[in-house]
Amino acid sequence: MRTLSTRRRHPLAGLLVLAVGLLITGGLYAAVAPKAATAETTSIDDIEAGRQLFLVGCASCHGVNAQGIVTEGTDDQPGNYGPSLIGVGAASVDFQMGTGRMPMAQTAPQAPRKKIEYSEEEISQVAAYIASLAPGPQIPDERYLDYESLSDEEIARGGEFFRTNCTACHNSVGAGGALPNGRYAPSLHGVEAKHIYEAMQTGPQQMPVFSDDVITPEEKLAVIGYVRAMSTEPDYGGFSGGNFGPVSDGLFVWVIGIGGLVGFATWIGWHGTRTKKKKA
Amino acid sequence: MSSDIEQRTPVSDPIADPGLPAHQYRPQDVDPAQEKRTERQIAGMFGVATLLLIGFCVAYFTIGKDQLIVIPGTNWSALNFTLGITLAGALLLIGVGIIQWAKKLMGDHEMIEMRHPAASSVEDRTATMAAVNDGIEESGIGRRPLIRNSLLGALGAMGLPAIVMLRDMGPLPGDTLAHTVWEPGMRVVNDVSGQPLRPADIEVGQLVNGQPAIFYETDDEGHAVMHGHDVLNAKAKAAVILVRMRPEDITPAEGRENWGIDGILCYSKICTHVGCPISLWEQQTHHLLCPCHQSTFDLADNGKVVFGPAYRPLPQLPLAVDDEGYLIAVSDFPEIVGPSYSFLDRDQKRLDEENA
Amino acid sequence: MPASAYHHAFFQAGDGMSTYTPVEDTKTGKKLAGPVGWLDERLGLAALGKKNLRKVFPEHWSFMLGEIALWSFVVLLITGVFLTLWFDPSMAETVYTGSYRPLNGVEMSVAYASALDISFDVRGGLLLRQMHHWAAHLFIAAMMVHMLRVFFTGAYRKPREINWLIGLGLLTLGILAGFSGYSLPDDLLSGTGLRIADGMIKSIPLVGTHISFFLFGGEFPGDQIIPRLYMAHILLIPALLLGLIAAHMLLLVYHKHTQFPGAGRTNENVVGYPMLPVYAAKAGGFFFIVFGVIAFLSATFTVNGIWIYGPYNPAEVTAGSQPDWYMGFAEGALRIFPPLEFNIFGSTWPLSVLIPGLGALGILFTLLGAWPFVERWITGDDREHHLLDRPRNAPTRTALGVAGMTAFGLLWIGGGNDVIALRFGLDLNAITYFLRVMFFLGPIIAFIITRRICISLQRKDHEVLTHGFETGVIDRSPDGGYSERHAPLPVDAQYALTSAKPATVAIEAPELVDANGVDAPNGRKAKLRARLRRWYYAGAFDKPTVEEMQHAEEHLRDAGQHPVDLGEDFQGVSETGVPRVH
Repeated sequence: MRTLSTRRRHPLAGLLVLAVGLLITGGLYAAVAPKAATAETTSIDDIEAGRQLFLVGCASCHGVNAQGIVTEGTDDQPGNYGPSLIGVGAASVDFQMGTGRMPMAQTAPQAPRKKIEYSEEEISQVAAYIASLAPGPQIPDERYLDYESLSDEEIARGGEFFRTNCTACHNSVGAGGALPNGRYAPSLHGVEAKHIYEAMQTGPQQMPVFSDDVITPEEKLAVIGYVRAMSTEPDYGGFSGGNFGPVSDGLFVWVIGIGGLVGFATWIGWHGTRTKKKKA
Repeated sequence: MSSDIEQRTPVSDPIADPGLPAHQYRPQDVDPAQEKRTERQIAGMFGVATLLLIGFCVAYFTIGKDQLIVIPGTNWSALNFTLGITLAGALLLIGVGIIQWAKKLMGDHEMIEMRHPAASSVEDRTATMAAVNDGIEESGIGRRPLIRNSLLGALGAMGLPAIVMLRDMGPLPGDTLAHTVWEPGMRVVNDVSGQPLRPADIEVGQLVNGQPAIFYETDDEGHAVMHGHDVLNAKAKAAVILVRMRPEDITPAEGRENWGIDGILCYSKICTHVGCPISLWEQQTHHLLCPCHQSTFDLADNGKVVFGPAYRPLPQLPLAVDDEGYLIAVSDFPEIVGPSYSFLDRDQKRLDEENA
Repeated sequence: MPASAYHHAFFQAGDGMSTYTPVEDTKTGKKLAGPVGWLDERLGLAALGKKNLRKVFPEHWSFMLGEIALWSFVVLLITGVFLTLWFDPSMAETVYTGSYRPLNGVEMSVAYASALDISFDVRGGLLLRQMHHWAAHLFIAAMMVHMLRVFFTGAYRKPREINWLIGLGLLTLGILAGFSGYSLPDDLLSGTGLRIADGMIKSIPLVGTHISFFLFGGEFPGDQIIPRLYMAHILLIPALLLGLIAAHMLLLVYHKHTQFPGAGRTNENVVGYPMLPVYAAKAGGFFFIVFGVIAFLSATFTVNGIWIYGPYNPAEVTAGSQPDWYMGFAEGALRIFPPLEFNIFGSTWPLSVLIPGLGALGILFTLLGAWPFVERWITGDDREHHLLDRPRNAPTRTALGVAGMTAFGLLWIGGGNDVIALRFGLDLNAITYFLRVMFFLGPIIAFIITRRICISLQRKDHEVLTHGFETGVIDRSPDGGYSERHAPLPVDAQYALTSAKPATVAIEAPELVDANGVDAPNGRKAKLRARLRRWYYAGAFDKPTVEEMQHAEEHLRDAGQHPVDLGEDFQGVSETGVPRVH
């Protein structure tokens, strides 16, 4: 019985993905994202344009030459006001700016995903500039992002990598989890495949790096496939409360179960309508 | 001393019991039309319940296991929903119908039943005591301590076989918890893929969920060396995490200076609190958090506990590089991994002697 | 006086009875005489039937909370039997090939694979699984609210102490049944739960490691624990539960149900509807309603979607790992306890596991079990109590209960601190530090506030009794002053309020020294008792005396001489100005 696979996606899921895609690529460009720029295809002009953007938008924290600004830190908060970007590669820039994390709105325990400030072209220009400073991880190749072509077995294999490396922070369905001191592992729902890949590759913020030498690009693709499968998987049994585990079960049973049954019990114990009339 | 408490409470009730209020009739008692309507209403509920139960059976045979129901905002199994809702509807209608019958149409007069003290009468108690006494007298259980005590001894001994029989539920612990499958020269490999690791594969800020290579080794005929629950048992102690930090960030304890390779350190993945596997590593703070009870360990500082209920630091596995350039363990864990257990201290002392 | 009043009420209430046809002449009498005779000649049941078939049960919504638990248990038995048809509690390794795509080809235990098959390949299997799990949640939740009702109304007092202890046994077994069931599917979450249970068992000083090895058949996880838990889950625990439930119900029948005070309701009688037919119908109907609510929950809410977690693997864990809610307080205690451990003669005492893990359960149940006896010792009250207390009339007990609930609730928050931190954007560590302090402060604050509220409510009752209730009707006096008219409560309500508080029992002042001036043997104990007694009754505000009530009556009668008659049915005016109706 493999029929589940034929209907596993909500009819509206496509629309949703499209909407998210539109949102991310912004209003300036066409809905289909152009192929991301890579180091080989960038021109000197792009790098220069990127440098100009960098000086305006990033240099105040990361330094005019992207060397970072170091301040005195504590144990929990190491003193990097803005870390050095030399050697972080185009992938890092594409992830941080492409998910709206950079530029940061304010200093906080961690940079949240938010509205994207730069256009796709501007991001690729800044990425080209950073990549030109020192070699670093590049924006992943399209063929490692095509999760739709994966077979069931490959997705299930991705699940094994996911459960071993990712669920401890991001939870079984990628709903996210708490970290010390107000930090958190964000939800993976609605994150572009490219950005999931780049996050594993570059280890943004507190997230550790999962380099291509250890978790190969094919394995990363399988992980992306599993993340996608889990976020589009139906709630077979009904409302799941976001799959945060048994906490929501407890909430439902007290509010709906006990609450509802106490309501019925009150009705049963209620004396009911009475009349002043006497029996004929 | 306590008299003030007594004085405050009057002994007799200030208001005499007015008795049960006069009975008031229900509309159904006095109005035959209303009664008829209620009767039809209840029968209607039972009728709809029957239809719903038939609907349940129809749904069982007609709805596919894989069909989904798509109301905006939901994406549920159609079969589960339909079976559940028809069943719930039928049950609720039956229940409400029965209760409605009881409330609206059945006898409605409150009745009074007198209580009796829980205790038996004095005569009964005296008779019982007499019977017990007769029994004791006639059996001579008080006069014949030899028989009584030997019987009690025999009955007590009857518990022994039941306890002794439990012995074979499992082996004795011995020192199994003090050792893992790690041994000198065993490679550290990536979990799931089984790929061996070179120091150059691991970047600063990287986390690798590792396992001992033996889980992925095969014998001459291609069969896995370890399989089934043996692997799970071994994994429950041997799972490790490898992390790479900038060497200048690490403050190794005395004697641990050469346990890492260029900032790559290997720690047990099993929490020393109650044994959850931990891999929530924050690469910038170098803290490792357990998702179960939030024990936090500083991996740059020898696995020291910095927060949470864990008491012992996270055990570290000393690393080296073999001839082919792959990471290997220098030895088994010098400290016992996993949650504290009742004679951990004894085992740890023995382990220290072995290692000394 | 009282006896004749009851008889009067009885005959008044039963005035319809005289019109019934003698049983020999009824259809039922003719039809059933044969079978009843046959059975009675063999079993002698008629004597029992005569006493019990028309047994009276009082009516109140809160008396049905225990029934929710009972009916949930029946649903558990029914759905559980169905589940055993397909569930295979084996820990042997297999490769999954069922309908759930994202786990295709993954190695897992047979137990997990069969739980997935029940969810995806047995039609209606998911519904059964969810109904079983929801019923389990409801079973334990209903036992807890039932216990709270019994506690706050003082229904555990003599002669019902033994039934209170049986109830605690039921709750313990219910939690054990829940935990063993939670562990059976062998998914990542249940395995993590077992891992924690193993850590807790190993923390038992001296013998813990041996117990763990015996239970698991060797090292954790081994291949024995699930078959063994399965036996406990489907045979041992349900059998014990059934036995205790039977005992609980038999004692209920023997003692007769308690009732709230009210007109015609005394400590010597019980007023309500007969078991046959009204109570049987209401209870039977309620079974279907409980069953229906469970089915509704299972149709629309996912419970424990085991497929999202994947098979158990001791090297994997998921963020947001929690036990089911009823273990949440123990989990919270484990999380907020500071690190503490010591070694002595080679044995290790992991107190930061032992105290919150096994200690939390042990302490909670010991306190609950001891309370009826402690309270009885403090008050010296050896009378039978069949009339329930209103919680306000036992301020110290109520405040203690609320303090306990506060501690429980704080630990509960601790058990979900990661989910709370994530959902509300809070600092995980800060929540833990906060709870470490609040666990001690919270219950004390709750105790003080609750006792204060109870005493204030007592004063309000006293006020209403002696000065009448505020009618909402404003009188204007000839000299232009305004005042609100007060009217006496109906006599029924007055009686309900004043009969609610039985007099305290006098205890002789403790003899601290005997005749020779030597310290009395029990002097210290008696002193402690006296001190506890003062603490227990501190601030109590008692019902008015006969004289006060007479005075109030005269006073209110005078005030009632007014040109505008309020009418016989007048019940006051609500806050919105609408006359209240009964």
